[in-house]
Amino acid sequence: MNKSDFDFLCDFLRQRSGLILSQDKMYLIESRLLPVAKKNGLKSLEELVAAIRRGQDKKLVQLVTEAMTTNESFFFRDKTPFDTLRDQVLPALIEARGSSRQLRIWSAAASTGQEPYSIAMILKDLQARMQGWRLDIIGTDLSHEVLEKARAGMYSQFEVQRGLPIQMLVKYFKQIGEMWQIDAGLRAMVNFQPGNLLERFDSLGKFDIIFCRNVLIYFDQETKKDILERMVRQMPEDGMLFLGSAETVLGVTDQLAAVKGLRGVYCKKSLLTTVSSPRPAAAPLAAKSA
Amino acid sequence: MKSCLIVDDSRVIRKVARQILEELHFTTVEAVDGKEALDCCRDSMPDAILLDWNMPVMSGIDFLRKLRQEQGGELPVVVFCTTENDIEHITEAIQAGANEYIMKPFDRDIIETKFTEVGLV
Repeated sequence: MNKSDFDFLCDFLRQRSGLILSQDKMYLIESRLLPVAKKNGLKSLEELVAAIRRGQDKKLVQLVTEAMTTNESFFFRDKTPFDTLRDQVLPALIEARGSSRQLRIWSAAASTGQEPYSIAMILKDLQARMQGWRLDIIGTDLSHEVLEKARAGMYSQFEVQRGLPIQMLVKYFKQIGEMWQIDAGLRAMVNFQPGNLLERFDSLGKFDIIFCRNVLIYFDQETKKDILERMVRQMPEDGMLFLGSAETVLGVTDQLAAVKGLRGVYCKKSLLTTVSSPRPAAAPLAAKSA
Repeated sequence: MKSCLIVDDSRVIRKVARQILEELHFTTVEAVDGKEALDCCRDSMPDAILLDWNMPVMSGIDFLRKLRQEQGGELPVVVFCTTENDIEHITEAIQAGANEYIMKPFDRDIIETKFTEVGLV
């Protein structure tokens, strides 16, 4: 691919999705976009870029954006954040929300659904402590194609073996031919909707917990800051934000602070300075980080 | 270094599994059927066992039931690794004392995440 085509694709993707592509990601373009080209009757990447430049084929534009921004997803990816959610963050929030009996969780890059469904399985296992609660899990993603798959909750044998404990498979999935489908009760717990983090998301409402893992790495500093600070506005005072294990807020925004002892978990900076009565949900967690 | 006993009648599968497990820093021992595996365990209990289901002489499930009755046989973490991929087989394996279950074909990611799940990695 020549430089002018590469630069055009970079600009195009940054505007559409905020994705930053450096020269060393050339291999990614080839491995992800050649199949898209072939599937749409185009012989090469050059022809594909030419078609995007013409800009008439809206569907092709969407397919290219999706192919470049979709990530492979595992159930209970990285394990630790989900242990933290189950053992530390949720127990504190269940106590704090004892009177409103409502909990809202946002999976901000839901992809094919593994992350929000992992959260749903954890909530289901804790349901004895949340009888009669209203639980909302919202999964958003840029790509319509992955959301369709997420809603169906249908996974291949390979997918259900990446991170999903066998007891969970037996308990929450049904085998349909060669595929495994997550049970209807769990599917009903998650509401999937399209959403671009570059655009406004305040209409989604407030979230006690936000999962935004391994997405911000694709954005430049300024965009990261903007997204994180808009997320802060969607969190109550004791809200908790989960980032990917290689991500940080340090040097990006001073409105969030790491919760000490809980790797990858962040809370509002203001929470750390106002840990007093009435006791916020995360007080026992946040107090440790002072 | 943790030890893993690989039990499979296919030489190719044993070789692939051995490569992956050595990359994950396991020492490995191999057995071609349940009976040979039982002899290995009586000689020295491994930390983990990667276990095929269908094998001549003694099947994986028969081996597992016998193992769990042996002295110290409750200790090894047993991960089935088999082409049997229906819920009945999986349930039977768990009831017989399996800790995890891999449906073939497998790759490095699957072995690594499953072994992490049961605390071996």
